[in-house]
Amino acid sequence: MSTGTPTPETRVDDDANVVLGAPEINRALTRIAHEILERNKGGSDVVLLGIPTRGLPLARRLAERLIAVEPGLDPALLVGSLDVTMYRDDLAHQPTRTIGATDIPGGGLDGKVVVLVDDVLYSGRTIRAALDAISDLGRPRAVQLAALVDRGHRELPIRADYVGKNLPTSTSERVRVLLEESDGRDAVLIDGGTR
Amino acid sequence: MKHLLSTADLDVADAVRILDTAGSMAATQAREIKKLPTLRGRTVVNLFFEDSTRTRISFETAAKRLSADVINFSAKGSSVSKGESLKDTALTLQAMGADAVVIRHHASGAPHTLATSGWTHGAVINAGDGMHQHPTQALLDAYTLRRHLAGPGDVTGRDLTGLRIAIVGDVLHSRVARSNVHLLHTLGAEVVLVAPPTLLPVGVGAWPARVSYHLDEVLADEKPDAIMMLRVQRERMSSAGGGFFPSPLEYTRRYGLDARRLALLPEHAIVLHPGPMNRGLEISADAADSTRAVIVEQVANGVAVRMAVLYLLLAGGDAPARAAAPTDDMKVDA
Repeated sequence: MSTGTPTPETRVDDDANVVLGAPEINRALTRIAHEILERNKGGSDVVLLGIPTRGLPLARRLAERLIAVEPGLDPALLVGSLDVTMYRDDLAHQPTRTIGATDIPGGGLDGKVVVLVDDVLYSGRTIRAALDAISDLGRPRAVQLAALVDRGHRELPIRADYVGKNLPTSTSERVRVLLEESDGRDAVLIDGGTR
Repeated sequence: MKHLLSTADLDVADAVRILDTAGSMAATQAREIKKLPTLRGRTVVNLFFEDSTRTRISFETAAKRLSADVINFSAKGSSVSKGESLKDTALTLQAMGADAVVIRHHASGAPHTLATSGWTHGAVINAGDGMHQHPTQALLDAYTLRRHLAGPGDVTGRDLTGLRIAIVGDVLHSRVARSNVHLLHTLGAEVVLVAPPTLLPVGVGAWPARVSYHLDEVLADEKPDAIMMLRVQRERMSSAGGGFFPSPLEYTRRYGLDARRLALLPEHAIVLHPGPMNRGLEISADAADSTRAVIVEQVANGVAVRMAVLYLLLAGGDAPARAAAPTDDMKVDA
């Protein structure tokens, strides 16, 4: 389990505390990419599956970094997206969710090492749904989990293999991840709650 | 959206959302394991007062692919043939805990009655009522049209703006035509109805569509992007059946789609038919089997569209379905 980057100065931004800025996110992803290669002895069997919405750009960034280290990797076979909406256990408790895209790389999942990529790891229920979704799509040799932020409060026996930053939070707080691709800038913010 | 009763109730955003969801559902149907756990524990009742094979099977497949329990109820051989009313049938189904009722009825408005009467608390989906509406058929037609004609590239989020669709045949008796006219108009397409004067309803001038009596003129002048052939029932020819047209041959000569008329269509145009087809009457075998006919694909798309409708009506909680969870919301339960 990684220890994450040092805490930067907290500053008020949009009435929220920025706990990770662009450089920290960048460094965390680079470190995770190296950890993935180290743990799996190279990237040849690795498939990165981003969970929409923000897991997907993170998975793409990780793929870029894996290829930077191992130029032989095929980007088309390395990264995909996995929508878990239809496998969630909380569908009946929320307004109807829009279904995202699932895009499995051409090589399939059988025998591969799947690394699930999500922005925030919280209750673990999204990952539980993702594991169910994967079992309908193939039989990977192993499934690992990478999360940019682990904010604790797990409700299921699930842990991340690669963590950008462990972020102790209270349940009344909200963690928001902003990414260049969808939000125009990179940042992790905490708002709400009593800090 | 609590019920799906008529395509006239849908606005552009609703319709595009159903089509987009259908696209996601269709993608799952290309997998080896087609079943999804989404509606586990929900019960869908197929309540069919009128004979139907493809629509019932399509709904049943859609519900089962989403892991819902399906109860098929057809009027034949049930207590309805002993004189039970729609109300008592509905109360019985409510007592069995139906989360959704898919109803086909020979009386126009029966689904509306079921939805508004309070006899059942479940979602009501109209699978064809009298000469009124058949919304899932129109949705699957729109989905098929969008897939082929709204491109190039990813069609997600698009409507049918700028497309011209000819609907040809027995418009008077067709709930498919009524549903399509409203939905295609809502999605921005231009609809031309082509039929003999006897097979057009009174008041068709008020529909959001143009009307023509001449198929050849429409094909030559309007260059439709798609042509939808409606089923014509042979029994409507006889005087006992209403005497709507003098002979099948005359109908075929003036309104049937054959190889010659197919050649008049623009290169990209596609041919739709809701089925079941009368080969040799409204559509020739050449046209039905041509590469531009998407009739078999319509059946496959029907399952995806019905999965989407069931998902959107049944998956969410008590909050209105329209208030979709914003995708850029904070992670509440990641």
